[in-house]
Amino acid sequence: MSEHSKRWYQRTYDWIESRAQIADFVRESAEHPVPSRTASWWYVFGSASFVLLLLQIVTGILLATVYVPSAGEAWNSLQALNHHLPLGWFLRAMHGWGSNFMVAVVLVHMTQVFLFGAYKFPRELTWLIGVFLLLMTLGMAFSGQILRFDQDAYWGLGIGASITSRVPWIGGQLVHLLLGGPIIAGATLSRFFALHVFVLPATLLAFAGLHIWLVLKLGINEWPTPGRLVRRETYLKEYHELTLRHGIPFVPQAVWKDAMFAAAIVFAVAFCAAVFGPFGPSGTPDPTITQTVPKPDFFFLWIYTALAYLPPSLETPVLLIVPVIGIGMLIVLPFVAGLGEKSWYRRPVGVLVLIVLAIGLATLTHLGTYAPWSPHMSAWSEDEIPDRYIHASTPLERQGALVFQAKQCRNCHALGGVGGQRGPALDSVATRLTEDQIIRQVVQGGGNMPAYGAALSPPQVTALVAFLNTLYPANERPATDASRSIAETDKPAPKEPIESTRP
Amino acid sequence: MKTDDKRTQIAKPEAQSAPPLDQRVDDRRTFLFKLSIAINIVVGLLIATPVVRFLLDPLRGKSGYRTWIPLGKVNDYEPGTTILATYRNPYTDSWDGETANVACYVRRQLDGSFTVFAVNCAHLGCPVRWFPQSQLFLCPCHGGAYYADGSRAAGPPERGLFTYSCRVDGETLMIQAGQMPTLANQARLELPGDGSTKRWVHTTNSQLVRGILPCPNTPNAGTNEPTIG
Repeated sequence: MSEHSKRWYQRTYDWIESRAQIADFVRESAEHPVPSRTASWWYVFGSASFVLLLLQIVTGILLATVYVPSAGEAWNSLQALNHHLPLGWFLRAMHGWGSNFMVAVVLVHMTQVFLFGAYKFPRELTWLIGVFLLLMTLGMAFSGQILRFDQDAYWGLGIGASITSRVPWIGGQLVHLLLGGPIIAGATLSRFFALHVFVLPATLLAFAGLHIWLVLKLGINEWPTPGRLVRRETYLKEYHELTLRHGIPFVPQAVWKDAMFAAAIVFAVAFCAAVFGPFGPSGTPDPTITQTVPKPDFFFLWIYTALAYLPPSLETPVLLIVPVIGIGMLIVLPFVAGLGEKSWYRRPVGVLVLIVLAIGLATLTHLGTYAPWSPHMSAWSEDEIPDRYIHASTPLERQGALVFQAKQCRNCHALGGVGGQRGPALDSVATRLTEDQIIRQVVQGGGNMPAYGAALSPPQVTALVAFLNTLYPANERPATDASRSIAETDKPAPKEPIESTRP
Repeated sequence: MKTDDKRTQIAKPEAQSAPPLDQRVDDRRTFLFKLSIAINIVVGLLIATPVVRFLLDPLRGKSGYRTWIPLGKVNDYEPGTTILATYRNPYTDSWDGETANVACYVRRQLDGSFTVFAVNCAHLGCPVRWFPQSQLFLCPCHGGAYYADGSRAAGPPERGLFTYSCRVDGETLMIQAGQMPTLANQARLELPGDGSTKRWVHTTNSQLVRGILPCPNTPNAGTNEPTIG
């Protein structure tokens, strides 16, 4: 074809290509042979993570055209996005749901890579960069939660600062560096804005590029076959033969599944955004409003739960040492298990660890969604005592029910399935404790219960205990103290042994 | 695709045979290359020094972020009550908005003396809420509970509520505040030795201060340690 017979766009293309000389590289990369079995739906999560990263960058830039990174104005600018700008709410929702999907897909990708032994020789560096990318992704999720500068963001920062302060010797200085000053304020938001918008995305993008480059250079991990061991001497040759004999060009024979899944995941993000809407912002970041129940975003709930259940003496060591050990194990994994079996059929320990981790994280996250350890701060004023518990009660017992309600007992103790779960439900407390034991527990506390001796007058205690004594099911006897009846009858103890109601 | 002549010219220029290099010229260029790297390292360090100083700006000494500030008139606080008071943090920028407003709980004992608690739970900094009916501070995050005197009652905190140093200056209640209290940066300046603030309060006495009431060191009787399970 002569130069003059070409259309204008072909001439433009030639003009650019003769200078950039990039077409051959792109064609070779696209058509490089991959093992035919890797054209599988199991291999789509890495590309989907990258597509979600790009989606986050696009929606993030759009949000940045409106968002004001100032402690005094950030919340107002989010309100403007949600309510005043056309489809501002949708973009916020896309960014928020995109973030959730990205963390989820990255975790699924990591699980798949682990199960398929893809971290083994010669792909150790790819795995290491992947671990780093996971940490960056979580960093993006946390800093993004802070840019949504509401009450949850404010107190989430407070939790972050309190954890940081537990670092020995330099904890106090680290807190000031984290917050950019003595308190959570304008400087804090500005530095997290710089992290979330410049530092972390640039790092993510650069390292994701390197990650993909390594996949291109080393080839995609082949489908693991039991018994085909990874050996340092023979692996590269075997992989080369595999791609020669059973190879298919990545484009178009394998890539269409990636493309389909990417479209599906982006559509899912848009669907969730449209149906469920944006996340928050909750109340204004005013630290003088103490009527708040802060909670972290979904992917940090498991930490929130772990912090509730750790005994005080273990908290600082666990907080500071476990993350180091966890990340350290991810880093050394390809070096201690870099050779040998790839197939999950022959790696029971790896599969078991994965299952235990998954169940553990899922359980902690599930507990975090309803936080049974937290008092229900408004239960005392909004949850009624069930009618049946005071239906036929004496005036004293009713007075006790009032005390029970007015002294915030409901915040920690449920009645009729409503109320806090911090302490035990009291629907059948009279079958577990005798009157004396209830008095002792109320006045002196114990277990995980504060002592109410100073907050209750003796008549209030009498009334409260009278009410609590009525709380037992109709078909069960309340607990009684055998020695008490003996003392009351004023007789010497009978000779035969007394049968206790509580063995 | 066939390539025409023009493209080839740009893409692959004819390799020209290099003229034989003088060994001394070669040595000089190698030396200059190494020198250029050294100069760049020196310039980089020169630039890095102010950058590091800039980044470390938030750091202060032990008491760098503490200042005495007024917290209202003494008579605003009724003896025997605990109420939420707010103040504007002494270190603040104009763009901080409402985040520079800080809350604290002022407890005035029946004898007229004061204790000022931080709202931040000693566990992980969440805002504790005061319930006057049950005389308890409860934390909504992980269920930390404190008695009216700030001592730990239940839950994960390993200590009582943080307290601010406070004094009465004439008719004004003053507290020493400025930073978010955490286990490392506590609200009150901890002194080595006796652990009380008495000695320190006396040393800061000034002509303007007409009367100093030190904060009580012992919690009120009634809600006390043996009751904690």
